[in-house]
Amino acid sequence: MIAQSGVSFVNQWFDQYWLVLITKAAIVLIFFLVAPLGVGYAEHKVLAHMQARLGPMYAGRFHGWAQLLADGVKFVQKEDVIPAAADRWVFSLAPAVWLVPYIALFVVIPFSDEIFILNLDVGIFFVMAITSVTVIGVLMAGWASANKFSLIGALRAAAQLIAYELPLVLGAAAIVMQAGTLSMIGIVEAQQQYWFAISQPIGLGIFLVASLAELSRPPFDMPVADSEIVFGAFTEYTGLKFAFYLLAEYGGIVALAAVASVLFLGGYLPLPAMEFIPEPLWMFAKIGALSFLIIWLRATFPRLREDQLQRVSWLVLIPLALLQIMVVGVLKVAI
Amino acid sequence: MALDERDVRQAPEVEPKSTGLGLLKGLSVTLKHALRPSITQQYPQEKPDLPPRTRGVIALKEANCTVCYKCSRECPDWCIYIDAHKETHEPASGGKGRSMKVLDRFAIDYALCMYCGICVEVCPFDALFWSPEYEYAETQMGEMLHDMDRLQDWLETVPPDPELEK
Repeated sequence: MIAQSGVSFVNQWFDQYWLVLITKAAIVLIFFLVAPLGVGYAEHKVLAHMQARLGPMYAGRFHGWAQLLADGVKFVQKEDVIPAAADRWVFSLAPAVWLVPYIALFVVIPFSDEIFILNLDVGIFFVMAITSVTVIGVLMAGWASANKFSLIGALRAAAQLIAYELPLVLGAAAIVMQAGTLSMIGIVEAQQQYWFAISQPIGLGIFLVASLAELSRPPFDMPVADSEIVFGAFTEYTGLKFAFYLLAEYGGIVALAAVASVLFLGGYLPLPAMEFIPEPLWMFAKIGALSFLIIWLRATFPRLREDQLQRVSWLVLIPLALLQIMVVGVLKVAI
Repeated sequence: MALDERDVRQAPEVEPKSTGLGLLKGLSVTLKHALRPSITQQYPQEKPDLPPRTRGVIALKEANCTVCYKCSRECPDWCIYIDAHKETHEPASGGKGRSMKVLDRFAIDYALCMYCGICVEVCPFDALFWSPEYEYAETQMGEMLHDMDRLQDWLETVPPDPELEK
């Protein structure tokens, strides 16, 4: 079959509606289950080497490549404990609520102009909307656990996500204004001349810092600060439900790294004079580089204090992001 | 200004001006470590390089022991067991016999030992030595009690004295 750009590869394979739908769902699910393992393994190894250790070395014989599979098997074997005082239904539903948004997010990530699942007209809007759903899952978990650490963690998570959602959205809005489209593929194609990281480097910084906070990754990990509040909203979770939290964390890294590379690093577009490398590999390389950066930041910086966290967002990131939007708006009209 | 007019909730601005350079410096430190080979030694496959004065296990040179009991008295854990009896040697030239102590039992219970090394320090005749060997874990507590023969065997693993500093 002749490859048509602008049409998803799944639609090029099949014609029946249901077949296309099921294949797409399966692809997203498999990607969501595999990619976080890669990032999780990278975190084990990179973090270890940054601390002059080796990290996992035994599982799977070669440099512990199967460590996360072994962890997964372990989590499945664990007893699924629900505290007696917990709200059983809310407690059990919460993992789904914080996990599903990240799965849904992968639907709009393009890996080339024909390797994508859906090209939504409101792609980036969909991304921003769906990532804010996770906080409801975290709040549900914290509230239903009947545990004060969980509750403090959940409220911290809520305060943090409200504070950092704004710079994230504003940073993305500036990009949308420059690209003139909300579609993820449209934004990538708008960067044919130059990546938006060149025209909006401050935006890239704002977006990365806000994504870190959005993911509760160090140095913004107060919602799960293990030296203060055990494990925040996830204190009472065990077994598979806890594994879902970890999956969401690493899936979230992949997801937000992918969104950041689409918005600022030209997505699947190759560097000039390196077009011989296929486009999906460029996308993977950019996701990998940003994931490495996120892990690197974790290895380097200590956790911020709760008030410093709010200060960074409201006094630094949001004014900067508003300024960015203003400048882009003026330039857009003037040029 | 009266005390109650002051806004006590206002924290004093003591935070130093940050240039952001410190953040980059931190990142370079972690990256440098990531690029250096790690210092981990994969123990069962790879033996650790221990310094020569490592306190691994205590070896006994029975011939040097005079059964003075200093080691067992000084031992904070009372983990050294010594039994001895007296023998009288008649000198060939006649005269009064010389009595000597002969070691019957010398045992160290490594389940009790805290590796302080006081026994080695206190021994006046160089009968006790530190050896860097450490692989003598047992599955039964009682087997941690090393008898005289076992303590003698450790002697082979004692490293030679380090050179004196000039």
